[in-house]
Amino acid sequence: MMRGDKGTGLALRYVAALAITTIFIFPIYWLAIISFKTPNEIFAFPPVWWPESIQFANYAVLFKDGDVNAIWNSMVVSTVSTVIAMLLGTMCAYSIARFRTGGNFLSDWLISNRMIPPIAIAFPIFLLYVKLGWIDTYLGLIVLYTAFNLPYVIWMMRGYILDIPIELEESALVDGCSRWRVFRKVVLPMTRGGMFATAVFTFIFAWNEFIFALILTRSSVTTFPVQVTHYFGVDSTFWAKISAMSMLGMLPIFIVVAIMQKFIVRGISLGAVKG
Amino acid sequence: MAQLAIHGLRKFYGKVEALKGIDLDIPEGEFCVFVGPSGCGKSTLLRTIAGLEDISSGTIEIDDREVNDLRPRDRNIAMVFQNYALYPYLNVFENIAFGLRSRKTPEAEIQKRVSAAAEMLGIEAMLDRMPRQLSGGQRQRVAIGRAVVRDARLFLFDEPLSNLDAQLRDGMRAEIKRLHQEIKKTMVYVTHDQIEAMTLADRIVLMRDGIIEQQGKPLELFERPVNKFVAGFLGSPQMNFVTTRLVESGNGLVLKFNHGRSLQVEKSREASLKNWIDKEVILGLRPEHITRYVTADKNSHIGEKIAVTVDLVEPTGTRTYVQFKLNDEEITAELPSHMVDKPGTEIDVLVDMGRILLFDPKTELVIA
Repeated sequence: MMRGDKGTGLALRYVAALAITTIFIFPIYWLAIISFKTPNEIFAFPPVWWPESIQFANYAVLFKDGDVNAIWNSMVVSTVSTVIAMLLGTMCAYSIARFRTGGNFLSDWLISNRMIPPIAIAFPIFLLYVKLGWIDTYLGLIVLYTAFNLPYVIWMMRGYILDIPIELEESALVDGCSRWRVFRKVVLPMTRGGMFATAVFTFIFAWNEFIFALILTRSSVTTFPVQVTHYFGVDSTFWAKISAMSMLGMLPIFIVVAIMQKFIVRGISLGAVKG
Repeated sequence: MAQLAIHGLRKFYGKVEALKGIDLDIPEGEFCVFVGPSGCGKSTLLRTIAGLEDISSGTIEIDDREVNDLRPRDRNIAMVFQNYALYPYLNVFENIAFGLRSRKTPEAEIQKRVSAAAEMLGIEAMLDRMPRQLSGGQRQRVAIGRAVVRDARLFLFDEPLSNLDAQLRDGMRAEIKRLHQEIKKTMVYVTHDQIEAMTLADRIVLMRDGIIEQQGKPLELFERPVNKFVAGFLGSPQMNFVTTRLVESGNGLVLKFNHGRSLQVEKSREASLKNWIDKEVILGLRPEHITRYVTADKNSHIGEKIAVTVDLVEPTGTRTYVQFKLNDEEITAELPSHMVDKPGTEIDVLVDMGRILLFDPKTELVIA
């Protein structure tokens, strides 16, 4: 046992841990508590730390007005674009990693795409989308988010694939597998942890993306971050709606991360080779 | 009829030629071992047979069918890798069954064959375990099981014992040999360990720098090497090499050493050495062909006597390795234990002149 694990040392550590946790948790707590407050309590001073009674009215109004559609839109766009980006990206990554497609430069060039400031291409993309008739459509956002996420997926998956001992694939080839079967039976199971981790980040990117969602949507496929901005007005700002909507927007991410967390274990590849 | 026939095989990596024209015929049922120092091309050769590497020119035939352009899975081979290559997410049973499943074998047949393979390798109790729960030796057994279950025409082993510790290696080596005797399939085995090569092989293919230096039965290579490299590679401790001069003395031909020492060449060899008189040659001398000369029982000694000063004594228990200098080259002799106890001792050693080899210093080929 370490010396610091007893007495005052331990106490100090707990105090420090508690303080840090509080600092991190507080904004979320405050956001959550606002969503359950009455308008008076929201602006009360001194602040109301815990409301008299928990109000669900702020949520009810979002459902009644159909604002929650934004969550559904976000869900569709994020999920579909993540799935497509993962499928395409993993196959591209396999090709780059194992067949040296594009030599040394293709993967570097791909990741450099991710370095473009989105705003720099916002205007050309807007014009293009007007031409294509993709403004305010699922298709438009899905294609865009897939394109944005592909370099990231390829880059990450390439790393995970290169980590697979090549003998596992060679052994499968000798044992009667085609390349496709090697991909399904060896590469996918071996990179499962990395795939889930990459997918989570891809999903979060699409979920949180704001600028293009703002520019390329009008009303039918408004995503959740754009919907939140609708509550900021010139004359008044609907803090209760903002907080309720934000809470609804945070939930799916919590759920996704919570479910994926147990898969995001890299220990899966232990024991493949001498270890 | 050769089951595996390789003709004029070349392999380039860019401008580097890894295999420089390999010709090899391996008959059915033979255990053939590719051996050589690292970088000699033995693993590359094995991988070209497996189809994991393309070849630049030449042909590879398995069962009289050219397989140059066949994919690995169509060559009907099974391969065991150095690092086992077990799928960590599958249990032992599924690992062994993997190849059968990719070939769409019926389930009942899979059960039967996996059980048989597991029984042969003594891993029946581990079929439900995951690879990470196994020791190195058990993992390699599973890897071998995955190969034998397939009933392939040709078995390839790529340094399968290199990751095991020494004790385990000896045991597994014997098991692989027993396995070969049992299933009688053609096996090609790559190793850098000459003991493995000597003990396992029906035929050794000794390679260096992308060419086959010599191939044949283990003892043939050991006793009749064609050049200095082969002579030095096989045998432990290594053969000793001393540069010396062949001169004529009143009594025939002798090899001259410093401090006026010399060794008399056997009469039977003199004819073949005629052209080498008064020239430099390299003497090759195996440690086990040197013994200590003890005056008391003169009759039991064969060979030529020479006086040396011991400068290093290495007892191993069963034998003692003794080093001394001859023409400033360090020579190792393998003597029975307790024959020499400490460095500095001046002794007479006997050299078995019937077993010596003489090499051309330029070409390093055997001259006699």
